Amino acid sequence: MELPTQTFRVTRADLVRYAGASGDFNPIHWSDRTATRVGLPGVIAHGMFTMALVGRAVTAWAGASDAVVDFGVRFTRPVVVPDDDEGTEIEVNAVVKEVTEAGLTRLDVTATCRGEKVLSQARATVRTSR
Amino acid sequence: MSLDPSFVGRTYPPTAPYQVGREKIREFATAIGATDPAHHDPEAARSLGHPDVVAPPTFPVVLTMAATQQIVDDPALGVDYSRVVHGDQRFAYTRPVVAGDELVCVNTIEEITNRGGHGFLTTRTDVTDVAGEPVVAVWSKIVVRGEA
Repeated sequence: MELPTQTFRVTRADLVRYAGASGDFNPIHWSDRTATRVGLPGVIAHGMFTMALVGRAVTAWAGASDAVVDFGVRFTRPVVVPDDDEGTEIEVNAVVKEVTEAGLTRLDVTATCRGEKVLSQARATVRTSR
Repeated sequence: MSLDPSFVGRTYPPTAPYQVGREKIREFATAIGATDPAHHDPEAARSLGHPDVVAPPTFPVVLTMAATQQIVDDPALGVDYSRVVHGDQRFAYTRPVVAGDELVCVNTIEEITNRGGHGFLTTRTDVTDVAGEPVVAVWSKIVVRGEA
């Protein structure tokens, strides 16, 4: 079963706010000068920010903020965030792989940015009954 | 760069307890756009059976990223942090993190491989309360990129 697509807009302001809240102040997430010096096309989102947005999608699908039992991803491609008002957009999709008798639902998740996958092996297990 | 595989299995001393604050959970939830009342309103969290506001699923990275600096900064292992890229991340929950928790991290090096000139380091951080009861296990794989 496919779940409804969720999309998340990401701007530079979001990255600055996430840096402060998470404590990850790596300059590749706010300085084009640093990002390009290490060979990136420009400032990129924190992988953990992308994962957090996917986490929002997962909890929304589960219908409960405390439903996540297991959640793992592999970061495969950077999410480049331009310095403008539009930023970029991450699209999150999932299919239900399994519903166990113990009330757990296993999801296979995909996250794409500009049509390219930015995560692989993204999987979540959520508790769907109490 | 090459990482020494003999470090696999090494466990580091527990970190000082981290006090999970209600405002920190609200700040983190706001930063990721998570508006669910259970992250912000203690009453909403209590109606779900929690003592206080519930952290979003990736919140533990606030503690564990700081904790795994223990490993990254270990001079004997010799990771060049300027060449580090985040590879994988996983959280396996025993229960959600809530405001008021006092959490301790114990880091273990679970896997080291060297391939194509890059080093791959997987750490597991066992996050427990101060009584040692498990809360969440967190795996992080970093890639230490070789010289191009």
